[in-house]
Amino acid sequence: MTKTKEKSLYSVWFVVPSLVIFLVFFLWPVISSLYYSMTVWNFETATFNGLENYKLFFTDPAMSTSVPHTLLYAFATSGLKVVLAFFIAIFLTSSIKSKDFIRSAVFFPNLVSTMAVGLTFAYMMHPTKGLLNVVIKGVTGSGVDFLGNPSTALWSIIATDVWKGLSISVVIYIAGIQSIDQSYYEAASIDGANWWQQITNVTLPLVAPAQNSIIILSLIGGLRTFDLIWAMTGGGPGFATDVLASVIYKQYAAGFYGLSTAGNVVMLVLISVIAFPLQHFLNKREEAIR
Amino acid sequence: METKRKRNQIIGDIVGLFFTVVIFLIPFYFMFVQSIKSKKEANRLSIAWPTELHFENYIEVVKHGNYQLVTAFKNSGLLTLFTVLGLLLTGAMAGYVIQRRKGKLMTAIQSTIMLGLMIPASILPTIRMLQSMGIYKTMFSMVMIEIALQTPFTIMLYRGFMASIPVDLEEAASIDGCSRWQIFSKIIFPLLKPIQATIIILVGVQTFNDFTNPLYFLPGAANTTVQLTLYNYKGQLANTYNLLFADIIIITVPMLILFLIFNKRIVAGMVAGAVKG
Repeated sequence: MTKTKEKSLYSVWFVVPSLVIFLVFFLWPVISSLYYSMTVWNFETATFNGLENYKLFFTDPAMSTSVPHTLLYAFATSGLKVVLAFFIAIFLTSSIKSKDFIRSAVFFPNLVSTMAVGLTFAYMMHPTKGLLNVVIKGVTGSGVDFLGNPSTALWSIIATDVWKGLSISVVIYIAGIQSIDQSYYEAASIDGANWWQQITNVTLPLVAPAQNSIIILSLIGGLRTFDLIWAMTGGGPGFATDVLASVIYKQYAAGFYGLSTAGNVVMLVLISVIAFPLQHFLNKREEAIR
Repeated sequence: METKRKRNQIIGDIVGLFFTVVIFLIPFYFMFVQSIKSKKEANRLSIAWPTELHFENYIEVVKHGNYQLVTAFKNSGLLTLFTVLGLLLTGAMAGYVIQRRKGKLMTAIQSTIMLGLMIPASILPTIRMLQSMGIYKTMFSMVMIEIALQTPFTIMLYRGFMASIPVDLEEAASIDGCSRWQIFSKIIFPLLKPIQATIIILVGVQTFNDFTNPLYFLPGAANTTVQLTLYNYKGQLANTYNLLFADIIIITVPMLILFLIFNKRIVAGMVAGAVKG
């Protein structure tokens, strides 16, 4: 189609509502955060103080430890989802009779709010009465204080996140697997490939576009996580489960708006330096396979 | 060979069902069973079936705090409705033109909007901006923020789906004398139904279940949303788990209904959006 025809058929004005809402209510605050993160402010007046907020952020362990926690949380949840969801999706695209039921059941947690899931699991992990501890005590004789012990708290929240977030990854994988042409499998089985070889040599490479979406979506979701942490531990015990988003909220609640905004910018930078190169790499990998 | 395959399939079914029930259904059973227990029994947090059924817990939690839950349902309902409607229209218009038109301007617009898939929102500068516009703590600003945050994903889904609609349709309509708006509203928009079902469920669930954004941008008792009531009740009803879980069940049911209506569409929509897009 020619350029003029394109212009006569499709008006640029159609993009304007989306673009204006996006620029005003999302992008402008992001850009202005770079300035406000270098000030002491109370919404009315802002006094410039250079990099003081950042210095404080990285020297106070109550805030600085949130960075490794955030990274661990994001990479662990994303990695677990990418691997577990793949096998569940393989299972659910096979000739199993109960797959419709299982697919709905796996999708179920996605309908429940993070707040509700967080509370439910926190009660199931209750150190003495919780369901999980009743089972564990029955087997080993002593319970585990999942959320009260600093060394298990973050991993307990990670496990809950995987439980809740697995379904979206499974759905994306299923969509990817279903769009693979059956003839690839026929050709592979004529060549004598067994079930496992078909999965590793046909399904896995051809599902790469779906897999890349999952890696990126779950990693970014993990880096931004807030409500599950807030529902289950509130960042505790101590700061053992504080992540960037919970520090941002705590500093806001304490009235340190500049510091909170600096935390917001740290998150922005962290996501940018991880997600953009990663996406570039994954796209390259996808092209190489084709 | 045939019998072996059949046997494997049955084993697969049994193993799959077992793990599904243990891992995915027991937590839901746990929520439900607490919600119909007496206060004393619910505080034991066991999964035993209650000795007496207490469905009046549901009425009690609705009445709690001067019918706060009713206010919350009204607010969350309006927020979800306007966000979904707003995104269905603005996202469709933008996704349509972005997919059809090439050129530097469109590439620039698209890359800018797709930034929103990656970078996080800046919360306090947003509050500051809303205050200076005089719309902080209003339903209008909350809807705009939800739309802004979910615009990139919505456009991505629409754009992916648009690729499967032939251009000939628009050219024929143009020859027949349709205006650009008529081509979109009469011909293209009705064809987008399958992907709209996906968007309704994903955006609807996301907005209704959103906790973080209303926490920051819509504070105050009159503005409360369903997720915030749950968070508040966690403190207020610390020793009445039966009411807390009744609240969880009540605020989950609307999403369950939405899911039952649009269930079949979810995978189809993902094929268009996340995989091809």
